[in-house]
Amino acid sequence: MDYINAIVLLLNYIFVPALAYGSQLALGAIFVTLIYGILRFANFATGDMMSFGTMVTILFTWYFKSLGISLGILPTALIAIPFAIIFMVGYMLLIDKFVFKYYRVSKSPPVQLAMVSIGVMFVTQAVVRIIIGPSDRRFFDGEKFLIKAGEFKEMTGLNEGLAIKSTQVITIVVTFILVSALFWFLNKTKTGKSMRAYSDNEDLALLSGIDPKKIVMITWIIAGVLATIGGALYGLDKSFKPFTYFNNMLPIFAAAIVGGIGNPFGAFLGGYVIAFSEILLTYAYKKFFMYLLPESLEPNTLVQLLSTDYKFAVSFSILVIVLLYRPSGIFKGKIL
Amino acid sequence: MRKNLNVIAAYTIMMGLIILVGIFQSWNIALSIFNLCLISAVMTMGANIQWGYAGLINFGIMGYTALGGLAAVLISVDPVQEAWSAGGSNILLSLLLIIGMVLAVRYVLKKYEKSKVRTYIIATIIIAGIIIIRFVSEPGIEAIEEVDPAKTGFLGGFGLPIIFSWVVGALFAGGLAFVIGKVALGLRADYLAIATLLISEIVIAIIKHEDWLTRGVKNVIGLKRPAPYEVNLQQTDWFINLVEKFNLSKLNLITDLTERQAALNQFVIEGSSIFVKLCYSGLFLIVVIILLILTQKALYSPWGRMMRAIRDNEEAANAMGKNVVKQHLLIFVLGSAIVGIAGAMLVTQDGLFTPGSYRPMRYTFLIWVMVIVGGSGNNFGAILGGFVVWFLWIESAPIGLYLVNLTTAGLADTHFLKVHLIESVPYFRFLMMGIGLLLIMRYRPKGILPEKIEIK
Repeated sequence: MDYINAIVLLLNYIFVPALAYGSQLALGAIFVTLIYGILRFANFATGDMMSFGTMVTILFTWYFKSLGISLGILPTALIAIPFAIIFMVGYMLLIDKFVFKYYRVSKSPPVQLAMVSIGVMFVTQAVVRIIIGPSDRRFFDGEKFLIKAGEFKEMTGLNEGLAIKSTQVITIVVTFILVSALFWFLNKTKTGKSMRAYSDNEDLALLSGIDPKKIVMITWIIAGVLATIGGALYGLDKSFKPFTYFNNMLPIFAAAIVGGIGNPFGAFLGGYVIAFSEILLTYAYKKFFMYLLPESLEPNTLVQLLSTDYKFAVSFSILVIVLLYRPSGIFKGKIL
Repeated sequence: MRKNLNVIAAYTIMMGLIILVGIFQSWNIALSIFNLCLISAVMTMGANIQWGYAGLINFGIMGYTALGGLAAVLISVDPVQEAWSAGGSNILLSLLLIIGMVLAVRYVLKKYEKSKVRTYIIATIIIAGIIIIRFVSEPGIEAIEEVDPAKTGFLGGFGLPIIFSWVVGALFAGGLAFVIGKVALGLRADYLAIATLLISEIVIAIIKHEDWLTRGVKNVIGLKRPAPYEVNLQQTDWFINLVEKFNLSKLNLITDLTERQAALNQFVIEGSSIFVKLCYSGLFLIVVIILLILTQKALYSPWGRMMRAIRDNEEAANAMGKNVVKQHLLIFVLGSAIVGIAGAMLVTQDGLFTPGSYRPMRYTFLIWVMVIVGGSGNNFGAILGGFVVWFLWIESAPIGLYLVNLTTAGLADTHFLKVHLIESVPYFRFLMMGIGLLLIMRYRPKGILPEKIEIK
């Protein structure tokens, strides 16, 4: 029984939260990687673009709520997301037309594009804060838990409860559907294949008659979809605050690079690598060992490898180590 | 004279703007803007050396600034004797252990050929070292943090004049840059940017959470000053006489003696804070001028030419026998050290150290905007960038408020749109910075004062 208790404990505090957090990071990381692979620059506006998408989702959610539309046990935000995506894609294409296009056409070095993306970051951040303000906002409604800790205890008779939030399930399901669709698109359709060709060798792709304008447009559309959904899922699960979203850019970058920047599958796994290592290294294992070890051996400290204050530092250290020993990432990067 | 006309014109306009603030808002605000402009100018000079001279991207400016600030705390605060006796020995022992660990790793690296076994040995040394150090330091840290946590709870510093910290801050930042540069400089430009950004976040995380060293988010307040205190000034005779002399014409208009005394007191209070700010301005100006002379000399020296050659064509410079790796490391350390000075200056001026206030927006990206707007590769441009951007950063709130009032003039004061816009005036600074950066990058990619290299 103690073994099952210990496993449930880990499931409750490590596995489920890390899987949800990892999915949110993974969507962001694929976004970074796509931009890097096809448009060839590190997009420092990532976090703020995600917060823009989330903001639009929240605005639509409020609007639907005021109309009295809701999904019952599911959050209203799910109907708001498609509308937010349309808005977001429009914003992305607008930015591309007025900002990034000039540098792409004049073949500026990637560093310059990265600098420009900092300008976009400032502007987007300002727009978000002016429209919705810098404060913390929760926009979740509907049924909060799929399984409550108490119910689980009653059902199984264990000491440890397992609480699964509905947002966690929604996050994981949506991520898997979206990512499978994306990989199907990249690997099976003609447009997806031409995108990969363009990412692999631009000149050769142009020679074989691939239209760069179309590729760039589709990249921004996919990026808009990923940014909105990733941001909205994070906001549903935790809460929406522009500053947190800006900070989330850092673990997202870490995930993309750990997985091999330019490689969507690597980015997808990288999200989970970062999420799991952050939570595994900062979790206090005292209770876990109390279940497993005989009483005489029970630890009297928290058995925590690092204090939770260093949560971010963990992912960055992993990134720095990967950058130094395997700059191309765990999975070879630079091939879409 | 002729060819420097645009430089002179740009600086004249800038000083004119600050003087206008002095006349229309208050001299206090104008001087605090001017002081922070000077500090920003030091930071931009550091970033400009790295980016403008050598083409290295360093997004870790925030980390060096914070280290400079830490130096100010460690130098100026009086040592906390109780804390030292409570846990000082454990801390010193851990320090020795860290040094031992580094030496052991170096020894293994030198002694054995590169192999899998070596990597495993090094990993074992590091992991075992960290565990031992935690066991040694933990009781010490707990003991230190329990010493009067409301007031101290940390080891304190050396109790020296805070001015020394400007040099020590440079050493700290340079040391960190040396370590980072050793491991990260081989990376491609955008990877280097991301790596330095993340490393600076790690530095901030450590400063925030190691309370025994920095008091963490409890902040250190009331640092010693290199300038006199306002309260003391207000009771000094020569200062009161000075203020009286300055405001004689205004004071003579008042005939009533008690009223005259009250007015004089008011002038003395205002004057004292202006005087203190002027002292800081003087100190900062000295640093800026010294650094400007040094960087200008370096720019036109053979070394500066070599740096530009490396920046513009690394392979060719390498082929000419220049040690690119070494020079990159050198300039990375130098630039970061200058940023460290700025960090120490900032804490000196504020008189307090707040680790929670170090955010990448303000201390990394804003500095980069300054360098790019001002003109990378040109020291005068970088300094001007520091002035212009900081001025706009502060003054964009009043400007934004004015614009909001102008555009919504037709609406009632209680209209929700107007209220909302007025509430969000502080965020107009981000908008201004972003649009400014985008416009400059598009239409004047070399900045307001572009790099001009002439052989002298």
